[in-house]
Amino acid sequence: MRRRVVLKAGLVLMSTATAAAIMRPVGAAARVLRGGAGKWIARETPPPVPVDPSKRIFFTPQEENLVKAIFDQLIPADDLSVSASDAGCVVFIDHQLAGSYGKASSRFKGGPFQEGTPEQGDQSKLTPADIYKIGLAEMNDHCRKMSGKAFEELPAPQQVEYLEAMEAGKFTYKTIKSSELFTQFLTNVQEGFLSDPVYGGNRNMVGWRMIGFPGARYDYRDVAELKGQRLEIEPVSISDRI
Amino acid sequence: MDYTRPKADAVIVGLGWAGSLMAEELTRAGLNVVAIERGPWETTSVNFPPAIAADELRYGVRREILKPPSVETLTFRNDSSQTALPGRDWNSWQMGYSVGGAGKHWAANAWRFSVADFQMATRVRERYSNMKLADGLIVQDWGITYDELEPHYDRFEKIAGISGKAGVINGQVQAGGNPFEGSRRNEFPTPPLVRSHWNDIFHDTTEKMGYHPFPIPAGTIGGAFRNPLGIELAPCTYCGFCGFYGCGNFSKSSPNICVIPALTQRSNFTLLTECTVLRINKSKDEKTVTGVTFLDSDGNIGYQPADIVCVSAYQLDNVRLLFLSQIGRPYDPTTGEGTLGRAYNYQTMSYGFLYFENEYMNPFISTGALSTQIDDFNGDNFDHTGLGFLGGAGIQALSDQGTPLGMTDRLPAGTTQWGSAWKKAFAHSYQNYAKIQGQGTSYSHRGSYLSLDPTYKDANGQALLRMTFDYNENDRKMSSFVRGKIDDICKQTGAKSWETVSFPDKHNSPFRPYDSSHTIGGAVMGLDPATSVLNRYQQHWDAHNLFVLGASSYPNNGGYNPTGTLSALTLWTAKAIIDNYVKSPGSLMR
Ligand SMILES: Cc1cc2nc3c(=O)[nH]c(=O)nc-3n(C[C@H](O)[C@H](O)[C@H](O)COP(=O)(O)OP(=O)(O)OC[C@H]3O[C@@H](n4cnc5c(N)ncnc54)[C@H](O)[C@@H]3O)c2cc1C
Repeated sequence: MRRRVVLKAGLVLMSTATAAAIMRPVGAAARVLRGGAGKWIARETPPPVPVDPSKRIFFTPQEENLVKAIFDQLIPADDLSVSASDAGCVVFIDHQLAGSYGKASSRFKGGPFQEGTPEQGDQSKLTPADIYKIGLAEMNDHCRKMSGKAFEELPAPQQVEYLEAMEAGKFTYKTIKSSELFTQFLTNVQEGFLSDPVYGGNRNMVGWRMIGFPGARYDYRDVAELKGQRLEIEPVSISDRI
Repeated sequence: MDYTRPKADAVIVGLGWAGSLMAEELTRAGLNVVAIERGPWETTSVNFPPAIAADELRYGVRREILKPPSVETLTFRNDSSQTALPGRDWNSWQMGYSVGGAGKHWAANAWRFSVADFQMATRVRERYSNMKLADGLIVQDWGITYDELEPHYDRFEKIAGISGKAGVINGQVQAGGNPFEGSRRNEFPTPPLVRSHWNDIFHDTTEKMGYHPFPIPAGTIGGAFRNPLGIELAPCTYCGFCGFYGCGNFSKSSPNICVIPALTQRSNFTLLTECTVLRINKSKDEKTVTGVTFLDSDGNIGYQPADIVCVSAYQLDNVRLLFLSQIGRPYDPTTGEGTLGRAYNYQTMSYGFLYFENEYMNPFISTGALSTQIDDFNGDNFDHTGLGFLGGAGIQALSDQGTPLGMTDRLPAGTTQWGSAWKKAFAHSYQNYAKIQGQGTSYSHRGSYLSLDPTYKDANGQALLRMTFDYNENDRKMSSFVRGKIDDICKQTGAKSWETVSFPDKHNSPFRPYDSSHTIGGAVMGLDPATSVLNRYQQHWDAHNLFVLGASSYPNNGGYNPTGTLSALTLWTAKAIIDNYVKSPGSLMR
């Protein structure tokens, strides 16, 4: 066995820093950090880019109208808050779908694709962007065929009925399960309503105000002892700080 | 191979808690150490400053800190008759992807395991000789005792500035701590944080029931503290952005704030970042390893020779690297022979979800580990005679949930999830919801194991790890018992309604909300090479200069989070390397 004989506590022959600098071939391991050779600098994590609410970047105007009608039933205007669309939830999902979320860039996309057990999780190839494009079209077709009207033209009680049937998985669309499409909408509208306003939704922090969540605060030491009491803490958003 | 780097005394694969603690010990002893980490260097003040860290969508939901499944995932099936399929979306496997590993986004519950957890086989023989264990259950000792590990737990707690209240010091029970814990030599370095309102309710309730509530040990630091490496740690601020988030305050223990600042000062330490280790290289006679082969950020293949190889790439990647390097004998579930991938185990969860009526829980004042627990039904702290199962759970009131997106469905059973009714219910529940978590033990089973997937590959063309796992009869009985205890507590809290769940009532799935991220075992330590991959020093039986660090070493999981124990085990192994191995390389089992 070719074992180095000098492997002994306390004995350091040559600092690796020097060795590596001398022996590093062109193109080899660029991101090397050496102890005792100054501060290690990390790449900055960029702050989120605030969404411009005047821009629509994913939906067609027709899709946008349909999403607005759906979202405004999921989170309607009432004495607790404005509607989902007035809170910016449609803007929110429009921008999310155009970005890495819409593309499912974190998802494992290696094949082969096959149906599994429920325990094995979603095995479909569809990204959230696909689900919206296909799902909105299929829902629109289905609703027109069933009721003779577009969803957004239905009176409110019928919109609610339609969504209840979707949620219960009672409709059969061509590609997408109606219950799964419903869950997709519900997840996203709540994300828009309750995530930081920097992403375009939760305007004026309406969602946070509704429940009393103080938002992007980072220190509660002065109130931690006030247990079980109502604390009226004004929420803050990341966008106030970047 | 495009290039070879200068030889190191030791190479460390992966720089999380295990890797950084090993690097600290070995460099302090004077060894020349190269660590290789797949992700970039990250420092908490630059990468998670308070100005951007408090972002639930980015970190809690889109999980920006974690290793995305697109980079590497696992395939999963419940039993070997099924075809394993890849976990494509975010799930319970929540690995780190930068320096510090999962130790940056952990929730910082910083436990020791109980005395019995290390010696369950002995315990069964001595205390339950007539007990019939569930068919196929694997119960074996670790080859190390709590007492041997105690000094290393103590050291880890000091390095990490752990907050808590001791329950037993030098054999003496202390008021206010956990009377069931193994004896400690010292009080915790920092005091427990202020309890939440829910913690207090649970404390009073369980105390009245005759149980023994205590504030759990936490890496959410209890006060300003200078750790043994001279690093100044800061008190936790209860911001509530904890598990899944990096802490920009220097107040949640992580390798990045507690250990690595010391490594940056040591000229015998080098860190290669954004380099993925592809395999461990074996010597010609296959009796030792010679170093590791890695893919660097330019796409070149490098070779790092070293006298000692420490693999600390997280439990799953540890096992996978051993498979990819063809070191050790793969487990065969049909014969029960072979050790690599055998004895995979997990964490058996039970819950109570409670809904009060007129409380202000103020859930946003929280940490990942703001929890008051009873250990009366954990591990072997109670008599199992006649119960028909082993193990138990730490039962805790956990105030770790205050950000709203994770709470939109925290509503009494039957509440609609949308419309004005939902808004009203959610606005009410946000302040009135509370959670009891039963974090249960897990014992391995003959039918649950890790292996390489025959079909699915990662981006580098290497086989994914395949997990074959489901709950066993012991899990089902144990957690149904624990759920019963949780239900008893729920009844006494004054909650208006509640529901209790025991996870083994369904098949295991990586996609089930509230399940644990604690994947355990698969390359376990022990005294017998026929049933363990590593000896009691976490030294590989088949290659004496290879050490494998992490929860992959545990043949069973305690009713606790795993990181305190894997950190202490790392320090134990480091001591064996420095005191004995370096002086005379060879098997430490002499
Ligand atoms: C949300 C969450 C909450 C948690 N909360 C708790 C808790 O409260 N208490 C607790 O005890 N535990 C908790 N855990 C678990 C805890 O994070 C882990 O047990 C612990 O961090 C594991 O430490 P490690 O050093 O073994 O691995 P890691 O910290 O994962 O480090 C492994 C490192 O190896 C690197 N690596 C992997 N493969 C390679 C390769 N091939 N080449 C190079 N580098 C590689 C990784 O990038 C990573 O940096 C939690 C985990 C999660 C996800």
